[in-house]
Amino acid sequence: MEPLRNGGGAEEKPRRRGAAADAGPQRRRSSAAAGVDSATGPQPHERGGSASRQRRDSVRKNRPLFPWFGLDIGGTLVKLVYFEPKDITAEEEEEEVENLKSIRKYLTSNVAYGSTGIRDVHLELKDLTLCGRKGNLHFIRFPTHDMPAFIQMGSEKHFSSLHTTLCATGGGAYKFEQDFRTMGDLQLCKLDELDCLIKGVLYIDSVGFNGHSECYYFENPTDAERCQKLPFNLENPYPLLLVNIGSGVSILAVYSKENYKRVTGTSLGGGTFFGLCCLLTGCSTFEEALEMASHGDSTKVDKLVRDIYGGDYERFGLPGWAVASSFGNMMSKEKRESVSKEDLAKATLITITNNIGSIARMCALNENINRVVFVGNFLRINTISMRLLAYALDYWSKGQLKALFLEHEGYFGAVGALLELLDSA
Amino acid sequence: MYVCGRGGSTSGGHGSLDKSITLPPDEIFRNLENAKRFAIDIGGSLTKLAYYSTVQHKVARVRSFDHSGKDIENEPLYEISVQEEITARLHFIKFENTYIETCLDFIKDHLVNTETKVIKATGGGAYKFKDLIEKKLGLKVDKEDVMTCLIKGCNFVLRNIPHEVFAYQKDSDTEFRFQMNHPNIFPYLLVNIGSGVSIVKVETEDKFEWIGGSSIGGGTFWGLGALLTKTKKFDELLQLASKGQHTNVDMLVKDVYGGAYQTLGLSGNLIASSFGKSTTADKEFSKEDMAKSLLHMISNDIGQLACLYAKLHNLDKIYFGGFFIRGHPVTMRTITYSINFFSKGEVQALFLRHEGYLGAIGAFLKGAEQDNPNQYSWGENYAGSSGLMSTSPDVYPMQRTRSGTFDMLEMDRLERPLVNLPLLKDPSTYIPDTVDLTDDAMARKYWLTCFEEALDGVAKRAAASQPDSIDALERAEKFRQKYWNKLQTLRQQPFAYGTLTVRSLLDTREHCLNEFNFPDPYSKVKQKENGIALKCFQSVIESLDSLGWEERQFALVKGLLAGNVFDWGAKAVSDSCKEHKLFTEMNCELNPEYTGFLLQEGPPHKCALIFADNSGIDIILGVFPFVRELLSRGTEVILACNSGPALNDVTYSESLIVTERIAAMDPVIQSALREEKLLLVQTGSSSPCLDLSRLDKGLAVLVRERKTDLVIIEGMGRAIHTNYYAALKCESLKLAVIKNSWLADRLGGKIFSVIFKYEVPCK
Repeated sequence: MEPLRNGGGAEEKPRRRGAAADAGPQRRRSSAAAGVDSATGPQPHERGGSASRQRRDSVRKNRPLFPWFGLDIGGTLVKLVYFEPKDITAEEEEEEVENLKSIRKYLTSNVAYGSTGIRDVHLELKDLTLCGRKGNLHFIRFPTHDMPAFIQMGSEKHFSSLHTTLCATGGGAYKFEQDFRTMGDLQLCKLDELDCLIKGVLYIDSVGFNGHSECYYFENPTDAERCQKLPFNLENPYPLLLVNIGSGVSILAVYSKENYKRVTGTSLGGGTFFGLCCLLTGCSTFEEALEMASHGDSTKVDKLVRDIYGGDYERFGLPGWAVASSFGNMMSKEKRESVSKEDLAKATLITITNNIGSIARMCALNENINRVVFVGNFLRINTISMRLLAYALDYWSKGQLKALFLEHEGYFGAVGALLELLDSA
Repeated sequence: MYVCGRGGSTSGGHGSLDKSITLPPDEIFRNLENAKRFAIDIGGSLTKLAYYSTVQHKVARVRSFDHSGKDIENEPLYEISVQEEITARLHFIKFENTYIETCLDFIKDHLVNTETKVIKATGGGAYKFKDLIEKKLGLKVDKEDVMTCLIKGCNFVLRNIPHEVFAYQKDSDTEFRFQMNHPNIFPYLLVNIGSGVSIVKVETEDKFEWIGGSSIGGGTFWGLGALLTKTKKFDELLQLASKGQHTNVDMLVKDVYGGAYQTLGLSGNLIASSFGKSTTADKEFSKEDMAKSLLHMISNDIGQLACLYAKLHNLDKIYFGGFFIRGHPVTMRTITYSINFFSKGEVQALFLRHEGYLGAIGAFLKGAEQDNPNQYSWGENYAGSSGLMSTSPDVYPMQRTRSGTFDMLEMDRLERPLVNLPLLKDPSTYIPDTVDLTDDAMARKYWLTCFEEALDGVAKRAAASQPDSIDALERAEKFRQKYWNKLQTLRQQPFAYGTLTVRSLLDTREHCLNEFNFPDPYSKVKQKENGIALKCFQSVIESLDSLGWEERQFALVKGLLAGNVFDWGAKAVSDSCKEHKLFTEMNCELNPEYTGFLLQEGPPHKCALIFADNSGIDIILGVFPFVRELLSRGTEVILACNSGPALNDVTYSESLIVTERIAAMDPVIQSALREEKLLLVQTGSSSPCLDLSRLDKGLAVLVRERKTDLVIIEGMGRAIHTNYYAALKCESLKLAVIKNSWLADRLGGKIFSVIFKYEVPCK
């Protein structure tokens, strides 16, 4: 990491972050897909550390400077977690530079930022102790296409003068690295998204959700009446299959904290659902698409087993209600003319969800893992998909596989990035 | 398929695609008079009809005269009679559902056989057309399970049709890479991509299991595609897709990362999220781009699932079928890509030439169990089959307008089951043919032209072989036309009948000759030559016997090669014979290295298997003296000749007569026959070439029983066009005279050069 280049009195502040982060994520991979391992991650740029700097560092108990952020820049959404220290002493308050204070106030006193940034207040983790500091963890998201505006804002708020390290993961950490440097005068500490994801999941699960369980499952997923959400104890998490559904999908087999592999991925993910919905229904937000879907009937769009065989296809043990061909009824002109936008949105949702369930199930079988944890922002406010995943996994595996979900759905990568920041200190 | 211009008896008119058939129906629904065991597979847009029929055709038979007390000097050696023979043939016809009524009417009018009471039906449309079929044909519709039929059909084609299976490689010189039939076809995965996807694991003839499926299939492409692009037809959607740019619609890895995701080795061009760029209400996307993106999305998804299932069940052969695949290079390409990507090259996506017929074949087999079709071997009749993609507008736009979209497959029942030669070193990698003409454009051009140029002569000879027939000229012309058209088809679609080879060109010609009742145009020539050669036999033997041992070995081999020069199939020989200068041209200078075989000391071979070539001088003055020498060395001999006629090759029945006559003259042959040390067998083939993976079962049994340890293959067709590179478990000798200057050039020699390839397998 390049040393920060400007900002008057900055020389007095420690600038040691980069090298620490350079230790880089340690992990083993068994997947053959994992190719070159060395090309990513920040490169060490040791600047001759002076004795005085080291002294000051130890005084600060190996903690990075505030503000503490973790950033995950995905294909569609940017996820930002922010640790708000609540144990600020009067002395600290006094010392706190104006810029830092204004960022803290801005983030914590608002729930929406600009026209598209949103703080998921309901996810806020309270009274968390991180690196010896007590505080609240805030969860913020905004669309990736607003990334330039975000960098612009950082620049306007003189973020670079704080000399903090911005730990970022997700593809955007690479894609926008140059913009951060040129527009925001900020050097990103780039982190691998899968490392961050796993780190984040394990951490959040371990601290729990404000006294509640982070992990949950659906009991009786095959029974609409009796189906209910129940906490799940993920104390001994390994091995687990982690299915991250963002714009696309990544599937990881996790055997320990540091031993995982990316099993496979599919391009049919949240982006596909939303993208197809936009084309088919003219909707413009994910929320709108989900809302439409919740009022639609996919069986008008899909061809079911019973549409072909009049009932169950017993020869193969296929129930009549199973979808034989997604959008199969849309081969007929009359049926195309008789479906609503809601029906199409629902069918799109069901198609994508079932497909993810199917691929996840096959991976679980191939990897011999029976717990499948689904995360990612596709699942946000998306009970239809979560229940369907729980149902499909249970039904097609004859009860052998369990679908698990986590409350903080899409934020684990960002949390992992924040943890890397702290770990590196 | 060619249009011969005759009006169909029931088709209303010509050219109109409405409810008429542009081809004369009797060209399509052939041999209906004796048809039985009907089966029909009605899909979403295509109907496939199958029936079993018998074909009456002429065969040339030879019969030995009773020579006792007659002047044999002036009598022909044996009698040739043309007889009617009845053989079994399977007919499969594929046509668009719009023709179904017309077709049923035609069948009704021509169905003389009244035994048939039931028609087996399968496919999604069987329900819809049940009443129509029952009303029109007066047959009871008996429905069969779709998947069971599909698997039965698949097993049948995998077992019976050489080069049924191919891999598709769009960006290589050879798009279609055909595979030889593996001796063991099980286990395999069949992925049928219809409106949905079914994944079936097939373990044995009767054991298969539906192991999974996906709802994202052809129906999704069609239905979703129709919604997105307002294009109604499946074919048109594929056309759109082939013109689009998916990168305008899909979010790629590089759209997220700015480049590749290097940690995972994911290329920047990989799709991160299908339709990930259309997540906006205010941008228009082109139909082509959306169709392309959809095609990629669906193909990739199917490929991924197929790989996951293949991995779980530890299988590496995946056959793809269903309407999504059928005859569409676009989808074969995307599926192949996906399988390669997801399996990292460990699994191969395979396709079937007759994929569209599987259901109909299976339904037919269900209904024909009492005829035991699985007990026989069947052979594709090239004369009556349309060939791969005959109706594909992508490949052959002319065809569609010319003949509608009829496609046919005919399979002849072979008299006896065919099996591998037990002496093949590795049956699973054996490839009979020496040059792959699908691969080698230069060679293809040469041979197609060669066969074209020879065609007039062949037709003339065919006509001349039946001087008493009033319609011989007319039939010869029809033969000429048919074979000419086949050659033209092969120029455009070299992959039409599997790998194009000299053998397939020769076989197709034989099939076409048979088609027009020219079962054996060379019968009289062979008769005459056999007669002449027999007269010389004794003097040849005498002169050989007068030689010393070493000299005699040379003379025997020379004789074997000299005899082989007589070949009416080779144009150069026909020309030379006309000019009586043949022997002076033969470059028969035996190389000393040959003596490794000829002069070998040590114990004689236990048993030699000889594949004979031509009638006349070749068999009588070349092969027999050699056989006689082997016998006197103490080596048993199995002499294998063709079951049916091909060019001037000696047939099994001719060989019986010839041997009988030689035995009468020669005590060595006589006692060998009596003591069963000389055995005559048939190859099971009627080809001038030799496929060692399809030989008569009786031959294979005998080869094993007699512990055969030497195989001698003689002649261009059997030892050069085929089997030149064949590896055997025992010693082998391949010999021929190159009677083709182009081939001589290719092999680095001169015309009438000698090939003498003696191989000893390494221990």
